[in-house]
Amino acid sequence: MKEADLEQKFQDKIDAEIRIEPRDWMPEKYRKTLIRQISQHAHSEIVGMLPEGNWISRAPSLKRKVGLIAKVQDEAGHGLYLYSAAETLGIDRDTMFQQLNSGKAKYSSIFNYPTITWADIGAIGWLVDGAAIMNQVPLCRCSYGPYARAMVRVCKEESFHQRQGFEILMTLMNGSQEQKDMAQNAIDRWWWPSMMMFGPTDDDSPNTVQSMKWKIKRYTNDELRQKFVDVCVDQAKVLGITLPDPDLKWNEERGHYDFGKINWDEFWNVVKGNGPCNKQRLKTRNEAYDNGKWVREAAMAYSEKRAARKAAGKVA
Amino acid sequence: MKENLLLDYLLQLGDNALVLGQRLAEWCGHGPILEQDMAITNISLDLFGQTRNLFQYAAKVEGKGRTEDNLAFLRDAIQFKNVLLVELPNGDFGRTIVKQFLYDAYNFLNYTALLNSTDKQLAAIAEKSLKEVTYHLRFSSEWMIRLGDGTAESHQRMQTALDDLWMYTGELFEMSEVEKELVKTGVAVDLEKLKSDWSKKVREICDEATLKVPENGWMQKGGKTGVHTENLGFLLADMQYLQRAYPGQQW
Repeated sequence: MKEADLEQKFQDKIDAEIRIEPRDWMPEKYRKTLIRQISQHAHSEIVGMLPEGNWISRAPSLKRKVGLIAKVQDEAGHGLYLYSAAETLGIDRDTMFQQLNSGKAKYSSIFNYPTITWADIGAIGWLVDGAAIMNQVPLCRCSYGPYARAMVRVCKEESFHQRQGFEILMTLMNGSQEQKDMAQNAIDRWWWPSMMMFGPTDDDSPNTVQSMKWKIKRYTNDELRQKFVDVCVDQAKVLGITLPDPDLKWNEERGHYDFGKINWDEFWNVVKGNGPCNKQRLKTRNEAYDNGKWVREAAMAYSEKRAARKAAGKVA
Repeated sequence: MKENLLLDYLLQLGDNALVLGQRLAEWCGHGPILEQDMAITNISLDLFGQTRNLFQYAAKVEGKGRTEDNLAFLRDAIQFKNVLLVELPNGDFGRTIVKQFLYDAYNFLNYTALLNSTDKQLAAIAEKSLKEVTYHLRFSSEWMIRLGDGTAESHQRMQTALDDLWMYTGELFEMSEVEKELVKTGVAVDLEKLKSDWSKKVREICDEATLKVPENGWMQKGGKTGVHTENLGFLLADMQYLQRAYPGQQW
Protein backbone atom coordinates (compact mmCIF):
# COMPACT_ATOMS: atom_id res chain seq x y z
CA MET A 1 0.00 0.00 0.00
CA LYS A 2 1.17 3.50 -0.76
CA GLU A 3 2.03 5.92 2.03
CA ALA A 4 -0.93 8.14 1.19
CA ASP A 5 -3.33 5.19 1.32
CA LEU A 6 -1.90 4.04 4.62
CA GLU A 7 -2.34 7.52 5.99
CA GLN A 8 -5.91 7.64 4.81
CA LYS A 9 -6.66 4.30 6.40
CA PHE A 10 -5.00 5.48 9.61
CA GLN A 11 -7.06 8.67 9.66
CA ASP A 12 -10.24 6.68 8.98
CA LYS A 13 -9.54 4.57 12.05
CA ILE A 14 -8.98 7.66 14.14
CA ASP A 15 -12.19 9.22 12.85
CA ALA A 16 -14.06 6.04 13.70
CA GLU A 17 -12.63 6.24 17.26
CA ILE A 18 -10.65 3.02 16.82
CA ARG A 19 -7.59 2.97 19.06
CA ILE A 20 -4.15 2.82 17.49
CA GLU A 21 -2.03 0.05 19.00
CA PRO A 22 1.77 -0.33 19.01
CA ARG A 23 1.94 -2.80 16.08
CA ASP A 24 -0.40 -0.77 13.86
CA TRP A 25 0.95 1.34 11.04
CA MET A 26 1.20 5.01 11.99
CA PRO A 27 2.64 8.12 10.35
CA GLU A 28 6.17 8.85 11.51
CA LYS A 29 5.09 12.26 12.72
CA TYR A 30 2.32 10.76 14.85
CA ARG A 31 4.88 8.46 16.44
CA LYS A 32 7.31 11.33 17.06
CA THR A 33 4.63 13.61 18.44
CA LEU A 34 3.53 10.92 20.87
CA ILE A 35 7.05 10.04 21.95
CA ARG A 36 7.66 13.70 22.66
CA GLN A 37 4.39 14.18 24.51
CA ILE A 38 4.43 10.96 26.54
CA SER A 39 8.08 11.26 27.52
CA GLN A 40 7.58 14.91 28.50
CA HIS A 41 4.67 13.78 30.57
CA ALA A 42 6.74 11.02 32.21
CA HIS A 43 9.58 13.47 32.89
CA SER A 44 7.08 15.86 34.49
CA GLU A 45 6.03 13.15 36.91
CA ILE A 46 9.64 12.40 37.81
CA VAL A 47 10.78 16.01 38.16
CA GLY A 48 7.48 16.74 39.90
CA MET A 49 8.58 14.45 42.72
CA LEU A 50 11.23 17.00 43.72
CA PRO A 51 9.28 20.10 44.78
CA GLU A 52 6.88 17.98 46.82
CA GLY A 53 9.58 15.64 48.07
CA ASN A 54 11.14 18.80 49.47
CA TRP A 55 8.52 18.77 52.25
CA ILE A 56 8.48 15.08 53.17
CA SER A 57 11.06 15.47 55.92
CA ARG A 58 9.18 18.47 57.34
CA ALA A 59 5.56 17.37 56.96
CA PRO A 60 3.75 18.66 60.06
CA SER A 61 2.14 15.42 61.28
CA LEU A 62 2.65 11.70 60.82
CA LYS A 63 -0.61 11.50 58.90
CA ARG A 64 0.46 14.27 56.52
CA LYS A 65 3.87 12.71 56.11
CA VAL A 66 2.40 9.36 55.12
CA GLY A 67 -0.05 11.08 52.75
CA LEU A 68 2.69 13.08 51.10
CA ILE A 69 5.08 10.16 50.68
CA ALA A 70 2.28 8.06 49.19
CA LYS A 71 1.47 10.88 46.82
CA VAL A 72 5.04 11.38 45.64
CA GLN A 73 5.25 7.62 45.18
CA ASP A 74 2.18 7.73 43.00
CA GLU A 75 4.01 10.25 40.82
CA ALA A 76 6.91 7.84 40.48
CA GLY A 77 4.41 5.14 39.52
CA HIS A 78 2.87 7.42 36.89
CA GLY A 79 6.35 8.04 35.54
CA LEU A 80 6.81 4.29 35.25
CA TYR A 81 3.60 3.64 33.31
CA LEU A 82 4.26 6.57 31.04
CA TYR A 83 7.84 5.53 30.26
CA SER A 84 6.45 2.08 29.48
CA ALA A 85 3.79 3.60 27.20
CA ALA A 86 6.50 5.60 25.39
CA GLU A 87 8.63 2.46 25.06
CA THR A 88 5.89 0.87 22.94
CA LEU A 89 6.72 3.52 20.34
CA GLY A 90 10.32 2.38 20.00
CA ILE A 91 12.40 4.40 22.47
CA ASP A 92 13.95 3.05 25.68
CA ARG A 93 13.81 4.50 29.16
CA ASP A 94 17.52 5.16 29.41
CA THR A 95 17.49 7.23 26.22
CA MET A 96 14.59 9.24 27.62
CA PHE A 97 16.46 9.79 30.89
CA GLN A 98 19.47 11.04 28.98
CA GLN A 99 17.28 13.43 27.01
CA LEU A 100 15.87 14.76 30.26
CA ASN A 101 19.25 15.05 31.95
CA SER A 102 20.89 16.83 29.04
CA GLY A 103 18.09 19.39 28.96
CA LYS A 104 17.03 18.29 25.48
CA ALA A 105 13.65 17.00 26.62
CA LYS A 106 11.23 19.30 28.38
CA TYR A 107 8.97 18.72 31.36
CA SER A 108 6.13 20.77 32.77
CA SER A 109 7.46 24.22 33.67
CA ILE A 110 5.37 24.31 36.82
CA PHE A 111 7.97 22.20 38.59
CA ASN A 112 10.54 24.93 38.13
CA TYR A 113 8.87 26.91 40.89
CA PRO A 114 10.00 26.45 44.51
CA THR A 115 7.96 25.01 47.40
CA ILE A 116 8.65 27.54 50.13
CA THR A 117 6.14 26.68 52.84
CA TRP A 118 3.97 23.72 53.82
CA ALA A 119 0.98 25.48 52.23
CA ASP A 120 2.68 25.01 48.86
CA ILE A 121 1.97 21.30 49.21
CA GLY A 122 -1.71 22.14 49.50
CA ALA A 123 -1.51 24.59 46.60
CA ILE A 124 0.20 22.06 44.36
CA GLY A 125 -2.43 19.45 45.15
CA TRP A 126 -5.32 21.78 44.57
CA LEU A 127 -4.13 23.87 41.62
CA VAL A 128 -1.35 21.94 39.91
CA ASP A 129 -3.01 18.54 40.18
CA GLY A 130 -6.31 20.23 39.39
CA ALA A 131 -4.88 21.65 36.17
CA ALA A 132 -3.23 18.32 35.40
CA ILE A 133 -6.60 16.56 35.72
CA MET A 134 -8.18 19.02 33.27
CA ASN A 135 -5.45 18.17 30.81
CA GLN A 136 -5.42 14.47 31.48
CA VAL A 137 -9.06 13.41 31.64
CA PRO A 138 -9.46 13.95 27.89
CA LEU A 139 -6.22 12.01 27.36
CA CYS A 140 -8.02 8.89 28.63
CA ARG A 141 -9.70 9.00 25.20
CA CYS A 142 -6.46 9.66 23.32
CA SER A 143 -6.22 7.76 20.03
CA TYR A 144 -3.07 5.91 21.08
CA GLY A 145 -4.12 2.90 23.18
CA PRO A 146 -1.22 2.49 25.61
CA TYR A 147 -1.22 6.20 26.46
CA ALA A 148 -4.98 6.31 26.95
CA ARG A 149 -4.92 3.26 29.21
CA ALA A 150 -2.05 4.65 31.31
CA MET A 151 -4.02 7.86 31.73
CA VAL A 152 -7.08 6.11 33.13
CA ARG A 153 -5.05 4.93 36.09
CA VAL A 154 -3.18 8.22 36.43
CA CYS A 155 -6.41 10.23 36.51
CA LYS A 156 -7.92 8.18 39.33
CA GLU A 157 -4.91 8.88 41.52
CA GLU A 158 -4.65 12.53 40.53
CA SER A 159 -8.17 13.27 41.61
CA PHE A 160 -7.36 11.79 45.00
CA HIS A 161 -4.29 14.04 45.17
CA GLN A 162 -6.34 17.06 44.29
CA ARG A 163 -8.78 16.38 47.13
CA GLN A 164 -5.85 15.85 49.48
CA GLY A 165 -4.40 19.25 48.47
CA PHE A 166 -7.73 20.96 48.90
CA GLU A 167 -8.08 19.43 52.33
CA ILE A 168 -4.60 20.64 53.37
CA LEU A 169 -5.59 24.17 52.37
CA MET A 170 -8.96 23.87 54.10
CA THR A 171 -7.25 22.87 57.34
CA LEU A 172 -4.91 25.86 57.07
CA MET A 173 -7.79 28.23 56.29
CA ASN A 174 -9.57 26.99 59.42
CA GLY A 175 -6.43 27.51 61.49
CA SER A 176 -4.54 30.46 62.96
CA GLN A 177 -3.99 33.77 61.16
CA GLU A 178 -0.44 32.68 60.38
CA GLN A 179 -1.74 29.52 58.74
CA LYS A 180 -4.31 31.45 56.72
CA ASP A 181 -1.60 33.85 55.55
CA MET A 182 0.58 30.91 54.62
CA ALA A 183 -2.21 29.43 52.49
CA GLN A 184 -3.02 32.74 50.78
CA ASN A 185 0.63 33.39 50.06
CA ALA A 186 0.95 29.99 48.41
CA ILE A 187 -2.08 30.61 46.19
CA ASP A 188 -0.70 34.03 45.25
CA ARG A 189 2.44 32.33 43.98
CA TRP A 190 0.92 29.19 42.35
CA TRP A 191 -2.16 30.59 40.64
CA TRP A 192 -0.56 32.11 37.54
CA PRO A 193 1.97 29.36 36.93
CA SER A 194 -0.93 26.88 37.16
CA MET A 195 -2.83 28.87 34.52
CA MET A 196 0.23 28.60 32.30
CA MET A 197 0.19 24.81 32.58
CA PHE A 198 -2.32 24.63 29.72
CA GLY A 199 0.30 26.03 27.38
CA PRO A 200 0.24 29.01 25.01
CA THR A 201 -3.01 30.47 23.72
CA ASP A 202 -4.61 28.71 20.75
CA ASP A 203 -3.33 31.36 18.28
CA ASP A 204 0.16 30.63 19.49
CA SER A 205 -0.05 26.84 19.57
CA PRO A 206 0.84 25.56 16.10
CA ASN A 207 0.69 21.84 16.91
CA THR A 208 -2.84 21.89 18.29
CA VAL A 209 -4.65 21.50 14.94
CA GLN A 210 -2.73 18.38 13.96
CA SER A 211 -2.96 16.88 17.45
CA MET A 212 -6.71 17.39 17.45
CA LYS A 213 -7.06 15.85 14.03
CA TRP A 214 -5.18 12.81 15.31
CA LYS A 215 -7.29 12.85 18.48
CA ILE A 216 -4.25 13.00 20.70
CA LYS A 217 -5.81 16.17 22.01
CA ARG A 218 -9.56 16.63 22.43
CA TYR A 219 -9.75 20.24 23.58
CA THR A 220 -7.63 23.29 22.86
CA ASN A 221 -5.39 24.91 25.47
CA ASP A 222 -7.76 27.85 25.89
CA GLU A 223 -10.81 25.63 26.31
CA LEU A 224 -9.13 23.66 29.06
CA ARG A 225 -7.83 26.79 30.76
CA GLN A 226 -11.33 28.25 30.83
CA LYS A 227 -12.75 25.08 32.40
CA PHE A 228 -10.03 25.24 35.03
CA VAL A 229 -10.79 28.85 35.91
CA ASP A 230 -14.51 28.18 36.17
CA VAL A 231 -13.98 25.28 38.55
CA CYS A 232 -11.37 27.04 40.69
CA VAL A 233 -13.37 30.18 41.31
CA ASP A 234 -16.11 28.20 43.00
CA GLN A 235 -13.69 26.10 45.01
CA ALA A 236 -11.78 29.21 46.12
CA LYS A 237 -15.05 30.54 47.58
CA VAL A 238 -15.44 27.35 49.62
CA LEU A 239 -11.88 27.75 50.88
CA GLY A 240 -12.33 31.43 51.58
CA ILE A 241 -9.16 32.13 49.64
CA THR A 242 -8.60 34.91 47.09
CA LEU A 243 -7.35 34.13 43.60
CA PRO A 244 -4.79 36.83 42.76
CA ASP A 245 -6.50 38.20 39.64
CA PRO A 246 -8.43 41.47 39.94
CA ASP A 247 -9.96 40.91 36.49
CA LEU A 248 -11.63 37.68 37.48
CA LYS A 249 -15.38 38.13 37.06
CA TRP A 250 -18.43 36.29 35.83
CA ASN A 251 -19.37 36.99 32.21
CA GLU A 252 -23.08 36.37 31.85
CA GLU A 253 -22.94 36.40 28.06
CA ARG A 254 -20.18 33.82 27.75
CA GLY A 255 -21.36 31.80 30.72
CA HIS A 256 -17.76 31.72 31.95
CA TYR A 257 -15.44 33.69 34.17
CA ASP A 258 -13.28 36.30 32.45
CA PHE A 259 -9.73 36.45 33.67
CA GLY A 260 -6.70 38.73 33.45
CA LYS A 261 -3.75 38.67 31.11
CA ILE A 262 -1.23 35.88 31.53
CA ASN A 263 2.42 36.90 31.64
CA TRP A 264 3.63 34.95 28.60
CA ASP A 265 7.04 36.53 28.86
CA GLU A 266 7.50 34.74 32.18
CA PHE A 267 6.12 31.52 30.69
CA TRP A 268 8.58 31.46 27.79
CA ASN A 269 11.46 32.37 30.04
CA VAL A 270 10.73 29.47 32.36
CA VAL A 271 10.39 27.16 29.34
CA LYS A 272 13.78 28.38 28.11
CA GLY A 273 15.43 27.54 31.41
CA ASN A 274 15.24 30.80 33.31
CA GLY A 275 12.73 29.75 35.96
CA PRO A 276 13.68 29.91 39.64
CA CYS A 277 14.50 26.20 39.88
CA ASN A 278 15.28 24.94 36.34
CA LYS A 279 18.98 24.53 37.00
CA GLN A 280 18.45 23.07 40.46
CA ARG A 281 15.91 20.47 39.25
CA LEU A 282 18.12 19.31 36.39
CA LYS A 283 21.15 19.20 38.64
CA THR A 284 19.27 17.03 41.13
CA ARG A 285 18.12 14.63 38.40
CA ASN A 286 21.63 14.43 36.99
CA GLU A 287 23.12 13.77 40.41
CA ALA A 288 20.62 10.98 41.09
CA TYR A 289 21.45 9.44 37.73
CA ASP A 290 25.22 9.80 38.05
CA ASN A 291 25.33 8.64 41.68
CA GLY A 292 23.26 5.62 40.71
CA LYS A 293 25.58 4.57 37.90
CA TRP A 294 27.65 2.18 40.02
CA VAL A 295 24.47 0.61 41.38
CA ARG A 296 23.05 -0.01 37.91
CA GLU A 297 26.40 -1.39 36.73
CA ALA A 298 26.63 -3.70 39.73
CA ALA A 299 23.09 -4.96 39.27
CA MET A 300 23.86 -5.69 35.63
CA ALA A 301 27.17 -7.40 36.43
CA TYR A 302 25.51 -9.52 39.08
CA SER A 303 22.69 -10.65 36.83
CA GLU A 304 25.22 -11.58 34.12
CA LYS A 305 27.28 -13.54 36.63
CA ARG A 306 24.21 -15.33 37.85
CA ALA A 307 23.11 -16.22 34.35
CA ALA A 308 26.61 -17.51 33.57
CA ARG A 309 26.67 -19.61 36.76
CA LYS A 310 23.28 -21.04 35.95
CA ALA A 311 24.38 -21.93 32.44
CA ALA A 312 27.62 -23.51 33.75
CA GLY A 313 25.59 -25.43 36.33
CA LYS A 314 23.37 -26.83 33.63
CA VAL A 315 26.32 -27.86 31.49
CA ALA A 316 27.98 -29.56 34.45
CA MET B 1 5.03 2.19 87.19
CA LYS B 2 4.34 -0.75 84.95
CA GLU B 3 2.61 1.57 82.47
CA ASN B 4 5.70 3.77 82.37
CA LEU B 5 7.88 0.81 81.54
CA LEU B 6 5.56 -0.21 78.71
CA LEU B 7 5.43 3.37 77.46
CA ASP B 8 9.20 3.50 77.42
CA TYR B 9 9.41 0.22 75.54
CA LEU B 10 6.83 1.29 72.95
CA LEU B 11 8.70 4.53 72.39
CA GLN B 12 11.90 2.60 71.87
CA LEU B 13 10.26 0.48 69.19
CA GLY B 14 8.45 3.43 67.65
CA ASP B 15 11.50 5.70 67.64
CA ASN B 16 13.48 3.12 65.69
CA ALA B 17 10.76 2.97 63.06
CA LEU B 18 10.32 6.73 62.95
CA VAL B 19 13.97 7.67 62.66
CA LEU B 20 14.76 4.98 60.09
CA GLY B 21 11.65 5.91 58.10
CA GLN B 22 12.72 9.54 58.11
CA ARG B 23 16.16 8.59 56.82
CA LEU B 24 14.82 6.33 54.08
CA ALA B 25 12.38 8.98 52.91
CA GLU B 26 15.39 11.16 52.05
CA TRP B 27 15.85 8.87 49.04
CA CYS B 28 12.49 9.80 47.56
CA GLY B 29 13.18 11.23 44.10
CA HIS B 30 16.92 10.55 44.32
CA GLY B 31 17.18 6.78 43.90
CA PRO B 32 19.57 5.09 41.47
CA ILE B 33 16.74 3.34 39.59
CA LEU B 34 13.09 4.38 39.55
CA GLU B 35 11.88 1.00 40.81
CA GLN B 36 14.39 1.13 43.69
CA ASP B 37 13.41 4.68 44.50
CA MET B 38 9.86 3.40 44.91
CA ALA B 39 10.88 0.33 46.90
CA ILE B 40 12.91 2.34 49.41
CA THR B 41 10.14 4.86 49.81
CA ASN B 42 7.67 2.03 50.29
CA ILE B 43 9.73 0.68 53.15
CA SER B 44 9.79 4.15 54.63
CA LEU B 45 6.03 4.29 54.35
CA ASP B 46 5.70 0.95 56.16
CA LEU B 47 7.96 2.22 58.94
CA PHE B 48 5.87 5.35 59.43
CA GLY B 49 2.78 3.16 59.58
CA GLN B 50 4.43 1.07 62.30
CA THR B 51 5.42 4.24 64.12
CA ARG B 52 1.83 5.40 64.14
CA ASN B 53 0.54 2.10 65.51
CA LEU B 54 3.16 2.07 68.25
CA PHE B 55 2.77 5.73 69.18
CA GLN B 56 -1.02 5.59 69.23
CA TYR B 57 -0.76 2.70 71.61
CA ALA B 58 1.94 4.46 73.63
CA ALA B 59 -0.26 7.55 73.96
CA LYS B 60 -3.12 5.38 75.18
CA VAL B 61 -0.89 3.57 77.66
CA GLU B 62 0.37 6.87 79.02
CA GLY B 63 -3.18 8.22 79.26
CA LYS B 64 -2.18 11.86 79.64
CA GLY B 65 -3.81 13.15 76.48
CA ARG B 66 -0.67 13.17 74.37
CA THR B 67 -1.12 12.13 70.72
CA GLU B 68 1.06 10.26 68.23
CA ASP B 69 2.17 13.64 66.90
CA ASN B 70 3.08 14.97 70.33
CA LEU B 71 5.32 11.95 70.77
CA ALA B 72 6.94 12.35 67.35
CA PHE B 73 7.28 16.10 67.15
CA LEU B 74 7.55 17.42 70.69
CA ARG B 75 10.29 15.33 72.25
CA ASP B 76 13.94 16.31 72.05
CA ALA B 77 16.95 14.12 71.23
CA ILE B 78 17.66 13.03 74.81
CA GLN B 79 14.11 11.67 75.02
CA PHE B 80 14.45 9.57 71.88
CA LYS B 81 15.26 5.93 72.50
CA ASN B 82 16.17 4.62 69.06
CA VAL B 83 19.39 2.72 68.48
CA LEU B 84 22.24 4.75 66.99
CA LEU B 85 22.37 2.66 63.81
CA VAL B 86 19.09 4.04 62.44
CA GLU B 87 19.98 7.70 62.88
CA LEU B 88 23.25 7.52 60.94
CA PRO B 89 23.30 9.39 57.61
CA ASN B 90 22.33 7.37 54.54
CA GLY B 91 25.59 7.76 52.65
CA ASP B 92 25.46 6.20 49.20
CA PHE B 93 22.84 3.65 48.15
CA GLY B 94 25.09 0.78 49.22
CA ARG B 95 25.57 2.14 52.72
CA THR B 96 21.83 2.67 53.02
CA ILE B 97 21.32 -0.97 52.06
CA VAL B 98 23.89 -2.27 54.56
CA LYS B 99 22.35 -0.21 57.35
CA GLN B 100 18.90 -1.40 56.35
CA PHE B 101 19.93 -5.03 56.14
CA LEU B 102 21.62 -5.07 59.55
CA TYR B 103 18.52 -3.50 61.04
CA ASP B 104 15.99 -5.60 59.09
CA ALA B 105 17.66 -8.82 60.17
CA TYR B 106 17.26 -7.70 63.78
CA ASN B 107 13.80 -6.23 63.28
CA PHE B 108 12.49 -9.41 61.69
CA LEU B 109 13.61 -11.51 64.65
CA ASN B 110 12.39 -8.95 67.14
CA TYR B 111 8.88 -8.76 65.69
CA THR B 112 8.78 -12.54 65.33
CA ALA B 113 9.53 -12.85 69.04
CA LEU B 114 6.99 -10.13 69.86
CA LEU B 115 4.24 -12.29 68.37
CA ASN B 116 4.43 -14.09 71.71
CA SER B 117 4.38 -10.98 73.85
CA THR B 118 2.03 -11.21 76.80
CA ASP B 119 0.83 -7.75 75.84
CA LYS B 120 -1.91 -8.57 73.34
CA GLN B 121 -1.97 -5.19 71.65
CA LEU B 122 1.76 -5.26 71.11
CA ALA B 123 1.55 -8.80 69.75
CA ALA B 124 -1.12 -7.62 67.29
CA ILE B 125 1.08 -4.72 66.12
CA ALA B 126 3.96 -7.16 65.73
CA GLU B 127 1.85 -9.45 63.60
CA LYS B 128 0.90 -6.67 61.24
CA SER B 129 4.43 -5.27 61.10
CA LEU B 130 6.05 -8.64 60.55
CA LYS B 131 4.44 -9.03 57.14
CA GLU B 132 6.06 -5.78 56.07
CA VAL B 133 9.40 -6.44 57.72
CA THR B 134 9.63 -9.84 56.04
CA TYR B 135 9.55 -8.01 52.72
CA HIS B 136 12.05 -5.39 53.92
CA LEU B 137 14.52 -8.10 54.86
CA ARG B 138 14.10 -9.84 51.53
CA PHE B 139 14.67 -6.56 49.68
CA SER B 140 17.77 -5.54 51.62
CA SER B 141 19.20 -9.09 51.51
CA GLU B 142 18.85 -9.21 47.73
CA TRP B 143 20.59 -5.90 47.33
CA MET B 144 23.36 -6.91 49.76
CA ILE B 145 24.07 -9.85 47.48
CA ARG B 146 23.68 -7.96 44.23
CA LEU B 147 25.97 -5.12 45.23
CA GLY B 148 28.42 -7.24 47.24
CA ASP B 149 28.84 -9.64 44.34
CA GLY B 150 28.43 -7.05 41.57
CA THR B 151 31.45 -5.11 40.35
CA ALA B 152 34.80 -4.50 42.05
CA GLU B 153 33.64 -0.98 42.86
CA SER B 154 30.31 -2.04 44.35
CA HIS B 155 32.01 -4.77 46.38
CA GLN B 156 34.46 -2.27 47.81
CA ARG B 157 31.73 0.21 48.69
CA MET B 158 29.68 -2.47 50.44
CA GLN B 159 32.62 -3.86 52.39
CA THR B 160 33.62 -0.38 53.58
CA ALA B 161 30.07 0.39 54.66
CA LEU B 162 29.79 -2.93 56.49
CA ASP B 163 33.10 -2.33 58.28
CA ASP B 164 32.07 1.21 59.25
CA LEU B 165 28.60 0.30 60.48
CA TRP B 166 29.57 -2.82 62.37
CA MET B 167 30.30 -1.03 65.62
CA TYR B 168 26.65 0.07 65.76
CA THR B 169 25.27 -3.48 65.70
CA GLY B 170 26.13 -4.39 69.31
CA GLU B 171 23.51 -2.01 70.64
CA LEU B 172 20.74 -3.90 68.87
CA PHE B 173 21.15 -6.66 71.46
CA GLU B 174 22.00 -4.47 74.45
CA MET B 175 19.17 -4.76 76.97
CA SER B 176 18.00 -1.52 78.56
CA GLU B 177 16.77 -1.56 82.18
CA VAL B 178 13.24 -1.26 80.85
CA GLU B 179 13.67 -4.28 78.63
CA LYS B 180 15.17 -6.33 81.44
CA GLU B 181 12.13 -5.58 83.61
CA LEU B 182 9.61 -6.27 80.88
CA VAL B 183 11.22 -9.53 79.86
CA LYS B 184 10.29 -10.85 83.29
CA THR B 185 6.58 -10.47 82.53
CA GLY B 186 6.95 -11.69 78.95
CA VAL B 187 6.08 -8.30 77.43
CA ALA B 188 9.47 -7.52 75.89
CA VAL B 189 11.86 -9.63 73.86
CA ASP B 190 14.94 -11.19 75.40
CA LEU B 191 17.41 -9.84 72.87
CA GLU B 192 20.19 -12.15 74.00
CA LYS B 193 18.20 -15.00 72.51
CA LEU B 194 18.04 -13.34 69.09
CA LYS B 195 21.73 -12.76 68.73
CA SER B 196 22.83 -16.11 67.36
CA ASP B 197 20.02 -16.19 64.77
CA TRP B 198 20.93 -12.68 63.74
CA SER B 199 24.61 -13.56 63.37
CA LYS B 200 23.66 -16.62 61.35
CA LYS B 201 21.50 -14.61 58.97
CA VAL B 202 24.11 -11.89 58.57
CA ARG B 203 26.80 -14.48 57.86
CA GLU B 204 24.63 -16.34 55.37
CA ILE B 205 23.86 -13.21 53.35
CA CYS B 206 27.39 -11.81 53.59
CA ASP B 207 28.80 -15.14 52.39
CA GLU B 208 26.56 -15.06 49.37
CA ALA B 209 27.44 -11.42 48.82
CA THR B 210 31.16 -12.30 49.02
CA LEU B 211 31.49 -9.82 51.90
CA LYS B 212 33.63 -10.40 54.95
CA VAL B 213 31.79 -10.21 58.27
CA PRO B 214 33.83 -7.83 60.47
CA GLU B 215 35.37 -8.91 63.76
CA ASN B 216 33.45 -7.87 66.84
CA GLY B 217 35.40 -5.00 68.37
CA TRP B 218 34.36 -2.02 70.47
CA MET B 219 30.64 -1.35 70.10
CA GLN B 220 28.93 2.05 70.22
CA LYS B 221 25.84 2.36 72.35
CA GLY B 222 23.69 4.96 74.09
CA GLY B 223 20.66 5.44 71.88
CA LYS B 224 18.34 3.43 74.08
CA THR B 225 19.11 5.72 77.02
CA GLY B 226 18.95 8.93 75.01
CA VAL B 227 22.66 9.42 74.39
CA HIS B 228 22.74 9.90 70.64
CA THR B 229 25.12 10.82 67.85
CA GLU B 230 25.22 14.41 66.61
CA ASN B 231 23.08 13.36 63.64
CA LEU B 232 19.82 13.00 65.53
CA GLY B 233 19.50 16.65 66.52
CA PHE B 234 19.53 17.78 62.90
CA LEU B 235 17.10 15.09 61.86
CA LEU B 236 14.69 16.20 64.57
CA ALA B 237 15.16 19.92 63.91
CA ASP B 238 14.12 19.29 60.33
CA MET B 239 11.28 16.90 61.13
CA GLN B 240 9.81 18.90 64.01
CA TYR B 241 10.17 22.36 62.51
CA LEU B 242 6.51 23.18 61.82
CA GLN B 243 5.18 21.82 65.10
CA ARG B 244 7.83 23.80 66.96
CA ALA B 245 7.44 27.03 64.99
CA TYR B 246 3.63 27.09 65.23
CA PRO B 247 2.77 25.34 68.50
CA GLY B 248 -0.65 23.89 69.10
CA GLN B 249 -2.04 24.16 65.57
CA GLN B 250 -3.97 21.67 63.51
CA TRP B 251 -2.39 20.65 60.21
